Amino acid sequence: MIDEDFVKSLLNGREFLKLLHQNDCLTLSCEPQHFVSFCEHLRDQETFDLLVDLTALDHGLEADIRFSTVVHIYSLVHKSYIRIHVDCMDNESPSVPSISSIFPAANWHERETFDMFGINFVTHPNLKRILMWDDYPYFPLRKEFPLAGIEVPLPAADVSEVTGAAVDPAPMMGGPFVSSGSSRLSQAEPRAKDESWTEDSEKPL
Amino acid sequence: MVFGFACLQELTKKRVMVSDEFGYNSKVEGEVIVTRADAVVNWIRKHSVWPMPMGLACCAIELMASAASRYDISRFGMEVMRFSPRQSDCMIVAGTVTYKMAEVVRRIYDQMGDPKWVVAMGACASTGGMYRSYAVMQGVDNVVPVDVYVSGCPPRPEALLDAMMKLQDKIGRESSVKNLSKTPEPLSAS
Repeated sequence: MIDEDFVKSLLNGREFLKLLHQNDCLTLSCEPQHFVSFCEHLRDQETFDLLVDLTALDHGLEADIRFSTVVHIYSLVHKSYIRIHVDCMDNESPSVPSISSIFPAANWHERETFDMFGINFVTHPNLKRILMWDDYPYFPLRKEFPLAGIEVPLPAADVSEVTGAAVDPAPMMGGPFVSSGSSRLSQAEPRAKDESWTEDSEKPL
Repeated sequence: MVFGFACLQELTKKRVMVSDEFGYNSKVEGEVIVTRADAVVNWIRKHSVWPMPMGLACCAIELMASAASRYDISRFGMEVMRFSPRQSDCMIVAGTVTYKMAEVVRRIYDQMGDPKWVVAMGACASTGGMYRSYAVMQGVDNVVPVDVYVSGCPPRPEALLDAMMKLQDKIGRESSVKNLSKTPEPLSAS
């Protein structure tokens, strides 16, 4: 069971950990240099051996520590999750140690996180983009990246030469399209939040 | 029109009725049918469309449903789904075309032999659908010429069958020799 004694014994003697109080599951913040060894300890000594998710957070352009990596690890013995935040110290070129040597499942998750946030997973065996194409110049899930996208050339030069196609910003037309959350499905269907403007006619002042 | 004439002879031997509009009457005309080459060639083409299933997302499931027994696309002579572009003449783009995949769609289209047609199945292939995002091409017509667009998310099999019948009508109206080179220029091999 995950109880106070367990948390106390886990934190005991590990100054690099900090308890973050969240209601859903045990959440810790870990310093990057101890992250890999702590994951190994969790896997081998504490039965947290199922890596469920690995992603990142962008706390915004003004934040002191802009990026942090988040992992969720499950224990089939405790039947419970543990969540670990690892802050990336450098805001310009964030990096975190890779845990793909501890959890092989982290390999593709780390590649995706690199693809979307530009976080460099040090010692990752094959850190390259997994969703966007290799030459794509941006990191789409960063806060400063617009949802509609930024114009870049199509990945295949010969196709764009014949067709004239390019990667264009998608027309938002007053979007993004979100559900209003109303209980009636007919009213809750996704529609543009602000229908007073489109790409062709500016928003009225 | 040598080809047309030979074709006619073949057809008359087998006593094949080309179409109602020609008003063939064996008592009056013997075993000769007079028609246009386009009518014969297009008639043959439109009843033997071999689709290339470009299944990219959930629309491909409905495409499979239209091929299965309940909706049975073979009623229209289109059951020969070919996964090789060399053997097919109608690409059914069923699903979301991402910018990364657009290149592949175009290359496969170029590998198909002329004459060839494209059906954009569903909202995503037609316009990008609900994906107004940095990763999704806003309509496959940015890279390939589309003949028929099908609405729906995903479209029901009936809608796809209706689109294929529309495509048959369109093939019937085309010039059977002018549509032999729809592609402006082939892509250079890479």
